[in-house]
Amino acid sequence: MDTATTTATITLQVARYRPEEDDQPSLSEYEVPLRKDWAVLDGLNHIKDRLDGSLSYRWSCRMGICGSCGMTVNGEPTLTCATFLTDLAPGPVRIEPLRNFPVVRDLVIEMTDFMHKLTKVKPWIIRDEEGGGPDGEHGEHLQTPEQLDDYHQYSMCINCMLCYSACPVYGLEPEFVGPAAIAIAQRYNMDSRDEGQRERLTVLGQPEGIWDCTYVGECSRACPKGVDPAGAIQRYKVTAATEAVKSFLMPWRGR
Amino acid sequence: MTAPTAPPAPGFQEELLPPRVSLFWWAERRSYLLFMLRELTSVFVAWFVAYLLLLAIAVGQGPDAYRGFLEWSALPVVIALNAVALVFVIFHAVTFFYAAPQTTVVRLRGQRVPAALLAVPLYLGWAVVSAFLLWLLVVA
Repeated sequence: MDTATTTATITLQVARYRPEEDDQPSLSEYEVPLRKDWAVLDGLNHIKDRLDGSLSYRWSCRMGICGSCGMTVNGEPTLTCATFLTDLAPGPVRIEPLRNFPVVRDLVIEMTDFMHKLTKVKPWIIRDEEGGGPDGEHGEHLQTPEQLDDYHQYSMCINCMLCYSACPVYGLEPEFVGPAAIAIAQRYNMDSRDEGQRERLTVLGQPEGIWDCTYVGECSRACPKGVDPAGAIQRYKVTAATEAVKSFLMPWRGR
Repeated sequence: MTAPTAPPAPGFQEELLPPRVSLFWWAERRSYLLFMLRELTSVFVAWFVAYLLLLAIAVGQGPDAYRGFLEWSALPVVIALNAVALVFVIFHAVTFFYAAPQTTVVRLRGQRVPAALLAVPLYLGWAVVSAFLLWLLVVA
């Protein structure tokens, strides 16, 4: 064993909040090894395994697809599994829970509001009852690659909520339905198999729907999967505005 | 349809740390600050509209009123105000033309044209119109 070299370390300043004993969150410092293949999540796992088992945080796939490990690292909302310690060296690295959400404990946030909003926009294929059934010979819907392209980008959302953390409107107006919910509504609106645009419009056309968005654009910057929710929202504003004008000029149009 | 949730533990809601947004949230990040400046440009756009109306009214009231308007415009404070407003209105135009193409998806031979590329004809059109107006006011 080579005892001449010392392992490089990096300081992690981790927000702690224990509701049973704390009124306010505080930062605790931990020294973790600075390994070149370690992400911030590996640092947190090292803390939990070796230094302080009481640290609470969410994580799962550790490869940027489950959306569980979103936290605020040095002020930026990011996936801790996708942020490498060597990129943040020499540190210290400040790790706080995702902003704009209530904190349950340490780095764990309360996400029920997001789950409700996701359900509100009806993120499933809606078909007219009296319309035709699937057109494929085996009972499937047929879709060309071009039709898939229309909504594919919006289907990449992993529900990590980094966009909600980045959005100042969501911080100031918590009723705002939010970037990811609108992006997933667009995923279904743009899907050729879906016939539910009208139903979603009644939810999204509200002030707390798309109209609370002032196109700050931070949501798309924070998104780790390139969903571009800001673009989805601006496109939907055109649709919603057109529908509003149409219903004003032609009130006899059926629902 | 309501999302099924397990009843929270007693005292759960009271122990949640509520999210707090600082009054100076917009100063904490460069992108937020630029956003607020972009929104502020609306005030200066409105000022230019008002200034244009004042000019039109002065022109309508005859040569004396027009001369008075020009003299008022030459005051240092008015020049300073218009200079600041010009900077903001240019910033408004630059960000507006960049943001506008994000609302549409244009496909060329199956590939989506990047929104930044769609902004180029808008900027060119702006430059051409500005050059023409400058020529009208200065040369013609």
